[in-house]
Amino acid sequence: MKIAVCINHVPDTETKIKVGADNVNIDKTGVNYMLSPYDEFAVEEALRIREKFTGDVTVLSLGGDAHKETLRKALAMGVEKAVLLKDDSVRDSNGVAKALAEELRQMSPDVILFGKQSIDYDNAQVGTLVAEMLGLPSVAVVVKLDIQEGKVVCDREIEGGHEIVETKLPAVFLAQKGLNEPRYPSLKGIMAAKSKPIEEKPAAPAEVQVQTIHLKKPPAKGSGKILSTDDSAVSELIRLLREEAKVI
Amino acid sequence: MDAPKNKKQANKHTRCEMEQTTLNHVKGGSFLLEETDPYNVFTPEDFSEQHQMISKTTSDFVDNEILPRINDIDDQKDGLTVSLLKKAGEVGLLSIDVPEEYGGLELGITSSILVAEHIGRTGSWAVSHGAHTGIGTLPIVFFGTEDQKKKYLPRFATGEWISSYSLSEPSSGSDALSARTTAVLSPDNNHYLLNGTKMWLSNAGFADVYITFAQVNGEKFSAFIIEKGFPGVSTGAEEKKMGIKGSSTRQLILENAQVPVENLLGEIGRGHIIAFNILNIGRFKLGAAAIGAAKKVIADSNSYAKTRMQFNKPIADFGMIKHKLAEMAIRTFVGESMLYRTAGLIDTVLKNINKESPNAAAQTLKGIEEYAIECSILKVYCSEILDYVVDEGVQIFGGYGYSEEYPVARAYRDSRINRIFEGTNEINRLLIPAMLLKRSRKGELDLLRRATQLANDLLSVSSTNCEANAIFSTQRKLIDNAKKLAVMMTGIVAQKFLERLSEQQEILSNISDIVMDVYAMESVLLRVEKNLARETANEIHIKIVKTFVNDTMVRVEMNARDILSSTTEGDTLRTYLAVLKRFTKYTPLNTVALRRVIADELIGKEKYSL
Ligand SMILES: Cc1cc2nc3c(=O)[nH]c(=O)nc-3n(C[C@H](O)[C@H](O)[C@H](O)COP(=O)(O)OP(=O)(O)OC[C@H]3O[C@@H](n4cnc5c(N)ncnc54)[C@H](O)[C@@H]3O)c2cc1C
Repeated sequence: MKIAVCINHVPDTETKIKVGADNVNIDKTGVNYMLSPYDEFAVEEALRIREKFTGDVTVLSLGGDAHKETLRKALAMGVEKAVLLKDDSVRDSNGVAKALAEELRQMSPDVILFGKQSIDYDNAQVGTLVAEMLGLPSVAVVVKLDIQEGKVVCDREIEGGHEIVETKLPAVFLAQKGLNEPRYPSLKGIMAAKSKPIEEKPAAPAEVQVQTIHLKKPPAKGSGKILSTDDSAVSELIRLLREEAKVI
Repeated sequence: MDAPKNKKQANKHTRCEMEQTTLNHVKGGSFLLEETDPYNVFTPEDFSEQHQMISKTTSDFVDNEILPRINDIDDQKDGLTVSLLKKAGEVGLLSIDVPEEYGGLELGITSSILVAEHIGRTGSWAVSHGAHTGIGTLPIVFFGTEDQKKKYLPRFATGEWISSYSLSEPSSGSDALSARTTAVLSPDNNHYLLNGTKMWLSNAGFADVYITFAQVNGEKFSAFIIEKGFPGVSTGAEEKKMGIKGSSTRQLILENAQVPVENLLGEIGRGHIIAFNILNIGRFKLGAAAIGAAKKVIADSNSYAKTRMQFNKPIADFGMIKHKLAEMAIRTFVGESMLYRTAGLIDTVLKNINKESPNAAAQTLKGIEEYAIECSILKVYCSEILDYVVDEGVQIFGGYGYSEEYPVARAYRDSRINRIFEGTNEINRLLIPAMLLKRSRKGELDLLRRATQLANDLLSVSSTNCEANAIFSTQRKLIDNAKKLAVMMTGIVAQKFLERLSEQQEILSNISDIVMDVYAMESVLLRVEKNLARETANEIHIKIVKTFVNDTMVRVEMNARDILSSTTEGDTLRTYLAVLKRFTKYTPLNTVALRRVIADELIGKEKYSL
């Protein structure tokens, strides 16, 4: 089984993000980066599929040299090969998908995995766009993936319930939280990753169709209010909900 | 801003050896006599990508697997600690020091210390992990026969078997070699029969193996590998402890315990070599665990101080709270600098050992033993840093700090043991000057000759004006003077008391304190100097060095005064005091302002990260 996972290098969820001086990009100073959490589920699933069916897993990432850190993490988790599609420019989802699709077309894997979205810009588009570009079926928000003889049965999360779908390989799957518990890169894996090569290739060019013109932080949250503990608090609360919050 | 002024200096060093990843060998204990090049010290800022990944894996493991279960661990919930040890084994956290051919990873001291540091914030579980991977596993790594290594190490590396170490007895703790447990060969020469009671075995409740010491024929101190199932072996009831409640501590009871002869560990009568050598690493790791624990307490206290409102303000706004937070952070940063400097020293030696060589284990041991002084320093210094940090941590939490609802109460209770086990801090304070003098007498360290030289030129000695780093010219000079004082004091005391020196414990302790303060001040200075040169240091680091040296020199002076006033008198005393005054003279800094800035930096962050 040939498995490919597309992964992104995103700001750590614990980092406080500041908007840069240009109001278009984030201020990258002091920002730590990580493997995007949904992508981590995708990597774990790839490893489990390989463990079950044998084969190999390749991770791909589009971006600058910094992405090697995240590729190395996937290698440390047990992935065999890593490809960095080198590109330092800012791309929209379509541009990212194009470069990845180009590379995947040549690889022609049986299973292609993505996270359901990358937690930096949250577009949730790339996986589906790639599937479309490659003319493959795609299943999004997958919480269970069961590869059987001649078919794949997926459980996907939908609002208030679950949908069970069936498709055939090759196909694209977008991982949702709950798909699995990602393993820790073991110390042995970390040392082994040191000697696994990261192949660098130029990314296929793409035209920018959607451009960021402004980034804004949400307005600062006001502090909470604690009302007194006696009975008068009830009427006070109602008054505030009506007059200040204007929700009732 | 001071930093840019340093640029010129930085360039000079960039040329010489900034990019070098391998450091030059530095003799153990020589920090007291030599000047160290900042570019020849290892710092946390030198971690490789692998170190960082190991750090992340361990940190995530601790945060996700251990800390959420800390209450159950402390209740000694059946099987929990062991199952978590096995899980740690899967990730590789039990096999760092085990050779590759026995299922280990052999990643070196720096990785081992990094892991110990992160695990340190788990309190009880850290003690279980440390007892297993350290004192429980290492005796076999270093002294085991091929068969013993093959049998035990792969099982220890996965956590299939858990190990423990039993040196102490009810009547012999610090005086470990006076153990009463005996071993005699059975009439058929197949077994040793052991009789006695060992005390305080960490992990005893669930251990499969006990590394145990006994007197063969009542006189030859030797080590044995005892398995749980051997006839005549049992454990006592759980001790009810002040802290680290989740770590199992019991007696090991040996009643004609049958230990096969092939389970003798090392040579008969050489048990002390095992006991003492293993303690070096144990002390080093204890220091690491203490710093890891301190970082957590700082992070917890910091976030509490920011949200606890009194007088309509977060208490973090109050000067005295800022003082505490800053001082907790300063000491922890210093401890961390000492830890990784020492890790670098040892790894430099270990790197040059051919792992294939048949006596690689012996060479490794010798490599570590060379830094026994530094290991003792770390044990004492870092355990006392942690005790300070938890104490102030409780204070920042106020009444809530006294409640078990908040994490700091547990940290407070768990901290206290660190000054007691792995050789009490008193015993280690005696060891430091004793080792220095022994090495000097053996010609390994040029201490006593230097001391005589200093005494002869007493009135003319002055500190060389170090040109180094302009930012730290005062600090460099003071540290240099503190080294001279340490050497001078050791010389005076050695000459005065000769072979009865060991009776002068109070003075030896004063010497130890000066030596430790020297290592601490110099380690943090070198770290920040190295970082300044490559422009990774910041204003806060500079302020930490300045505040720490400022305050520590007062302590150095006090210790030296105590030594002088109890060893000399009259004109001699007056002469020495004049020298001392000259050596410790400096204009005090405004540490109130310095600490406020350090505290504000910390308060601006979520975790301990300076
Ligand atoms: C929770 C816990 C876990 C432990 N785990 C282990 C373990 O896994 N394996 C193991 O072998 N041991 C273990 N120990 C034992 C521990 O190492 C000893 O308690 C320690 O070495 C001190 O010995 P002691 O308790 O007999 O104190 P003592 O030696 O009686 O000391 C009492 C006091 O006298 C001081 N003192 C003793 N001798 C001198 C001296 N020459 N000069 C000045 N002062 C001196 C000590 O510093 C101390 O302050 C553990 C202990 C505890 C409490």
